[in-house]
Amino acid sequence: MLLIRCPFCGARPEFEFHYGGEAHIARPPDPSAVDDTAWTDFLYMRSNPKGLHAERWRHSPGCGRFFNCLRDTIGDRIVATYPVGQKRPDAE
Amino acid sequence: MRFSFATLLRQAFTGNAWPEQWRSPEPRSAYDVVIVGAGGHGLATAYYLASEHGIRNVAVLEKGWLGGGNTGRNTTIIRSNYLQDASAALYEHALKLWEGLAQALNYNVMYSPRGVLMLAHTEHDVRVLRRHVHANRLAGIDNEWLTPDQARQFCPPLNISNDLRYPVLGASLQRRGGIARHDAVAWGYARAASTLGVDIVQNCEVTGVHRDLSGAVTGVETTRGPITARKIAVVAAGHTSVVMAMAGIRLPLESFPLQALVSEPVKPVLPCVVMSSAIHAYVSQSDKGELVIGAGTDAYTSYSQRGALYIVTHALEAICELFPAFRRLRMLRNWGGIVDVTPDRSPIIGPTPVPGLFMNCGWGTGGFKATPGSGHVFAATVARGEPHPFAAPFGLDRFRSGRLIDEAAAAAVSH
Repeated sequence: MLLIRCPFCGARPEFEFHYGGEAHIARPPDPSAVDDTAWTDFLYMRSNPKGLHAERWRHSPGCGRFFNCLRDTIGDRIVATYPVGQKRPDAE
Repeated sequence: MRFSFATLLRQAFTGNAWPEQWRSPEPRSAYDVVIVGAGGHGLATAYYLASEHGIRNVAVLEKGWLGGGNTGRNTTIIRSNYLQDASAALYEHALKLWEGLAQALNYNVMYSPRGVLMLAHTEHDVRVLRRHVHANRLAGIDNEWLTPDQARQFCPPLNISNDLRYPVLGASLQRRGGIARHDAVAWGYARAASTLGVDIVQNCEVTGVHRDLSGAVTGVETTRGPITARKIAVVAAGHTSVVMAMAGIRLPLESFPLQALVSEPVKPVLPCVVMSSAIHAYVSQSDKGELVIGAGTDAYTSYSQRGALYIVTHALEAICELFPAFRRLRMLRNWGGIVDVTPDRSPIIGPTPVPGLFMNCGWGTGGFKATPGSGHVFAATVARGEPHPFAAPFGLDRFRSGRLIDEAAAAAVSH
């Protein structure tokens, strides 16, 4: 059970959240303009790293908002949570 | 040494120690094929490369110990009642190999076709499972529909009372399904492959993939030095994304912890495998007497080889509802394995965009049942450089073409 700090509501147990998959994957603004490879990348390809992973969570029964989370997938330690739209905290 | 009743007697009376069942050589500097991962699938691939394709200059590299990943952590369920034609063909191919595996390997893998009962708890479940039964029978695979009474007749401890939160409305039964001894599968393949000349190198982690100017693979970098090979076959389950990233390939895979647990051993109480994807539990009894129970995956990706306790609790609550007699059992151990899940819950088998690099992954929550078939078709794929007919629909290209093989319902572990 993770203890997740929602950027809007504070720390809450994992029960209150829904996992939303890898973060920072933008839907192509005009899907008909991209080729199949780019569309496949968007739909299916995931980095699935062993180490720091930026991911989306939604505080469903709380504020209901999506936010991003940086978590170490080796020991599940959460490094940071941050609102959607911000850069990864460890990005250059 | 060939196992037989005569050797057993001779060893019993002479008291000699049993010899090692496979060699543990130092890795050589070059091989024809390097297989990454000495789990059941990797060892089976090596065995069929050597026995059916004459490629014996093969190394199987394992970062930990042989069969110590998901091969040693799964719940050993074997069945082939998948919905789509492509998967039914692949899993049925595996089931047919299971039936003669102990003889082929001269190693007792304890394959026990005791029947796999899949329960339906809602009208929707009933329709889905009946659809599976019909599809399987059209494909020539045994699968039948049972009423709740028939289900209890087949599995006496099952609670089919209407008082359950999710009462049993029926069940599908594949009689040829069952369980096998997971460790013996890895050991049997390792022994047979080693006898044919395959080098199994444990405690040897792949840390890089070497490629030439044209992009083709030339070998791997390992913790025990570089090894050259023109063909590299990655069978790394939950760590496939990590290994393939060394060759610059992104995959449609996510790795999740999947948990299982065993009870204290008791006398025979459960005659078959019982699975329920709706309330999320599956259980069988090992020959040692332990109830082997499978739980679900965590919601988030992880490589931690452990999952949240509430996932296990959830599975146990479901088991106790279905089998009230099991409430008094104590649980002995629980553990997690890292499973590589694809968007359509079907594996990825075949060549990759990098010449000489092959992969066999994405078996997700149900790879053990496919071990012999997976190794068999993957060995043919690696040997010939093009997919085996059974493996052809499972190429990486299906995610681009949209020809997905949706087995979310058959995969049984809800995500």
